[in-house]
Amino acid sequence: MNDLAPNEKYTDSAIRPDDPDPYPDKPVGEFLANVVSNEWVNAEYKLMVLKTHKKALTAYAGQFFHLLCPTPDGAEVWMRRPMSVYKVDKAAGQLEFLYKCEGRGTKGMVMLGTGDTFNVSGPLGIGFHLDPSWKNIVVLGRGVGLATLAPLSQLAAENGVGVTAVLSARKSDLVMSEDLFHDLGADTVTVVDEDGSSDVGNVEAILEGLIANGRADAFFTCGSSRLLKLMQTLGKKHNVPGQVAMEQIMVCGVGACYVCMRTFEINGERTLKRVCREGPVFNMLEAVGW
Amino acid sequence: MVDLSVKIGDLTFQNPIQPASGAFSWEYNEVIDLNRLGALVAKTICREPRMGNPTPRMAETEAGIIQSIGLPGKGIDYFLENIVPEYAKFKPPLVVSVSSESIEDFAALARELSVPNVDVIECNISCPTRNTTGGNFALQEEHTKEVMSAIREATDKPVWAKLSPNAGDLTSIALAAEEAGADALVIANTFLSLKIRTDNFRPALGNKFGGMVSPALKPIVLRMVYQVAKEVKIPVVGVGGVTKAEDVVEYMLAGAHAVGIGYAGFRNPTALTTIIDDLEAWCDERGIEKVTDLIGAVKDDDMEMDPLIAASHGV
Repeated sequence: MNDLAPNEKYTDSAIRPDDPDPYPDKPVGEFLANVVSNEWVNAEYKLMVLKTHKKALTAYAGQFFHLLCPTPDGAEVWMRRPMSVYKVDKAAGQLEFLYKCEGRGTKGMVMLGTGDTFNVSGPLGIGFHLDPSWKNIVVLGRGVGLATLAPLSQLAAENGVGVTAVLSARKSDLVMSEDLFHDLGADTVTVVDEDGSSDVGNVEAILEGLIANGRADAFFTCGSSRLLKLMQTLGKKHNVPGQVAMEQIMVCGVGACYVCMRTFEINGERTLKRVCREGPVFNMLEAVGW
Repeated sequence: MVDLSVKIGDLTFQNPIQPASGAFSWEYNEVIDLNRLGALVAKTICREPRMGNPTPRMAETEAGIIQSIGLPGKGIDYFLENIVPEYAKFKPPLVVSVSSESIEDFAALARELSVPNVDVIECNISCPTRNTTGGNFALQEEHTKEVMSAIREATDKPVWAKLSPNAGDLTSIALAAEEAGADALVIANTFLSLKIRTDNFRPALGNKFGGMVSPALKPIVLRMVYQVAKEVKIPVVGVGGVTKAEDVVEYMLAGAHAVGIGYAGFRNPTALTTIIDDLEAWCDERGIEKVTDLIGAVKDDDMEMDPLIAASHGV
């Protein structure tokens, strides 16, 4: 009874793509997805396409999955990694993640290939909310933060809401999803570190212009504390509401462990909230940067 | 049909699988059917609202995680009014973990928690990131005895003492808790740990020290459960590194009446109910009709007592 193979060390009751759902009344599941593809999109980012159980496809913009990444170095990866959804393709039964190969978890993900299985749990958290009164929104993201804002832009496009996407990156060849935002009908403005166009002063001028032209009924941001602060300042000055998607080291993903706390300021009082449960999308004006 | 039910004191639990305090909350209802669990175990509650420790609260190590949460919560009043009703929606008994830095307040909290929908009071006298005079009573015999006696006098509810693996002589502390009137022992809390980052020379956790959680700890905690279960008459709940049904079997063979599971539920959110299914199948395959037949059934009568253990018993 003790001669279990190493991969039988843990219990695994994850639902396969074609399994019946044993917990039909539960919104969150643990799924064993099949990797359809996992390709580089540039020097640092990969796009993973997964075939999953249909319950996983109920995910909406801003929600995340908790990923049980393979081990990149022979040592164990002890915790899941939270990752926001890049795209849900209900027709194809597929879920997509756009990720930067950076830490141990994502380095493990890089190793997965077509046909491999990948344990993902979700959909989790509270995602973006589009108020019906908003006709035009501005999304401002940096680096991999743009992956989180892409499905929001898709949702806005589907609802006839105009999107201006301000895309910030270190170098022009690392700007994520420019084509995707463009295909959705979004106006895109690309700013990069290498020519100084991503400076806060320049981004501020771009945002001020959008506000003046009636293109900014709401702000959305992800991926940069500096850009969050800029949007907060302008949001307060011009009375523009906003939402921010935040990250934090996470353990359980469902709200039980209280590891993934971030600080918020509400009516002058500082408080902590769980990114996994009260977020990961929060009121932009209440968020304290990281 | 395998009878998975176990009794701890006068309370019957439908199976020996419980969440470990701190690693669980009613929010897991969004993933699994909580009515299948042996018990529901609420996060440790304190008198006043607490923010908890600075972030980061978790760091990954070579062989598990270390965490330092700091018992965040909204205080006893909010808990009684809002959280107890959340748990009352489900059938399994509710075990409420409680902590305080003073003996008087600990007893008062136990008294206030003695309400109909609370079934067991688990005394967290072993939070690893509190010091001896700040709530970690389980590091010393006399502190354990004092606090557990005060709690015993304050309530008629079953009281369980959660003990610390960081104590020098766990068996003596277990005996002290039993003598003070504890109805059961929960062994053990997390192991006090430290991680230092080599990139910036700083401790990895915002609170510096954390408690280690890992399957790697199972053999150590199993040894503790084994040693304590041989000495006390009250039931023991084993907590440490359970990730599969065979681990539950091991703890029960060592003398535990039930197990608490933390880490496995983090790794696989459906782990607890899967382990219940697997335990039933494991017993069924072997013709074990009652899971209680496993309790203390380790076959070691023909083995000499380990000299180290013998020495600690004065043999």
